[in-house]
Amino acid sequence: MTTALAPLILTAAAGGGDDLWSRMFSFANYGELLQLVQNSVIAGAVLGIVGGLIGVFVMQRDMAFAVHGISELSFAGAAAALLLGVNVVAGSLVGSLIAAVIIGVLGSKARDRNSIIGVLMPFGLGLGILFLALYQGRTANKFGLLTGQIVSVDDPQLIWLIVISIVVLLGLGIMWRPLSFDSLDADVASARGVPTRAVSLTFMLLLGLMVAVSVQIIGALLVLALLVTPAAAAMRVSASPILVPILSMLFGFVSAVGGILLALGGSLPISPYITTISFAIYLVCRLIEARRTKTRSFRPSGETVAVAA
Amino acid sequence: MTAAPGAPAAEHEHGHPGAPVLSLRGARLGFGGRTLWDDLSLDVCRGEFLAVLGPNGSGKSSLLRTILGQQELTAGEINFGGEPVRRGDRRIGYIPQQKMIPAGTPMRARDLVALGVNGHRFGLPLPRRGERERVDELLESVGATHFANAPVGTLSGGEQQRLRVGQALAGDPDLLLCDEPLLSLDLNHQREVSELIDRRRRSHGTPVVFVTHDVNPVLGMVDRILYLAGGRFREGTPDEVLRSDVLSDLYQTPVEVFRSHGRIVVMGLPDTHDHHPHNETPEAS
Repeated sequence: MTTALAPLILTAAAGGGDDLWSRMFSFANYGELLQLVQNSVIAGAVLGIVGGLIGVFVMQRDMAFAVHGISELSFAGAAAALLLGVNVVAGSLVGSLIAAVIIGVLGSKARDRNSIIGVLMPFGLGLGILFLALYQGRTANKFGLLTGQIVSVDDPQLIWLIVISIVVLLGLGIMWRPLSFDSLDADVASARGVPTRAVSLTFMLLLGLMVAVSVQIIGALLVLALLVTPAAAAMRVSASPILVPILSMLFGFVSAVGGILLALGGSLPISPYITTISFAIYLVCRLIEARRTKTRSFRPSGETVAVAA
Repeated sequence: MTAAPGAPAAEHEHGHPGAPVLSLRGARLGFGGRTLWDDLSLDVCRGEFLAVLGPNGSGKSSLLRTILGQQELTAGEINFGGEPVRRGDRRIGYIPQQKMIPAGTPMRARDLVALGVNGHRFGLPLPRRGERERVDELLESVGATHFANAPVGTLSGGEQQRLRVGQALAGDPDLLLCDEPLLSLDLNHQREVSELIDRRRRSHGTPVVFVTHDVNPVLGMVDRILYLAGGRFREGTPDEVLRSDVLSDLYQTPVEVFRSHGRIVVMGLPDTHDHHPHNETPEAS
């Protein structure tokens, strides 16, 4: 599919002239293009939704850095797979899961976790660069792993990505409440009979799966734009445990699908479109929050009097 | 809401009948070569308020972890409700140290309390019948109804701690374990939170084990004190334990205990940081 699509994109770009604008946006032959990238749009939609959901827990558990760390090892795994000529998604999964288990087992305390990630991350990135340097194939493949290349998603891969995302979705649904409890206060959750260690390790595995999927679509360097930014934006405008996940999934969906659709006609990678949309949503949410804190208060007046008394 | 210091604490109707709720026999806990406490035998009966005092590192929090089944005894036994303690026993309500919940946490006051009702349950988070009413009831019982829908991250330390009491009461516990629940609260909130805990004891006879570095906020409620220090302990009523001769013997250094206006001040402790009544330093435990 990549080979079929590449000339089309080039023609579309050339047809619109060589100026920057037409390289960024071009909607000539849009209908035909859309059919060709149907798979990518589906993959983006699923990733946006499930990524937005898991992001809510990533934020609550203060694990943005862990996401980045896992994605670098996922990149190393994918690069190794590329070099060995095996399935790239599988390689990416192996790298992700190894990183997730190491971080989950060794880094139960936040401080340990950050230092472990800080050590793992450059190692993973270095390995990945080594594998890519040894790889003799197309350079587009190399670049794609770091910065995303969703148009290379073919049918079998797409099924992989969707199945993995559904596993993550179900996993999160089943352990929603114990995971929320553990994220808020692990000591109390443990006292209340939540198997906190198993819950956090399972969460790390789900996160590893989700990162591996994201690396395929948006690239190892930009995973945070779909696994952290939508949730961070949602948490700016709501504190409802129902609304925050819904908004975060919506933001993820809009960023991923919107980015793919906008990128379609131009000749540039999709990642900057996705990251820009997701960043814009975040900015808007901050503005809404700032306006709101000026005008609204959650507590009834009189509370301050009681405290001062 | 006027439990004056020194008022008799045992006015609940349940008295002290029957088997102890919690009992330790010849219990020892040590790490490596160090013994935190040894030959500790203790019964906590219905309606009792036991305060656990002692300096940093004396094993107060470890005692709580032992009761929660998260820490094995080195020797001896510990029973809850007539059986050996086990991990995650939901008949125990646990109130942790006050830690501020980060702003932006996607949780309202009522959701924090609801975790006490269903937070341990796996499965899709669909509401069950009666849960909402139960949460409302709990919010009411800790005086949190008027901020029930406020994001937890916007609440004061005292308000968050009231919610934690509500969360701990959700399982209708047979024992309340409190780990420095008043730490870093101002005096008003200290009084409010400790009264909530005491009210549960009076209305339901739920015994309380209350770890604290400052006994004054709960002095009027305490039936007995377990004082841990230097690998040894003393147990008894406040009048029996909080005395210059007893604590001097326990610390093996001269210690003075003063009483003024219903407050107790201990002077000359080896680590005075921990024991000054108005101390705000968080305790590493």
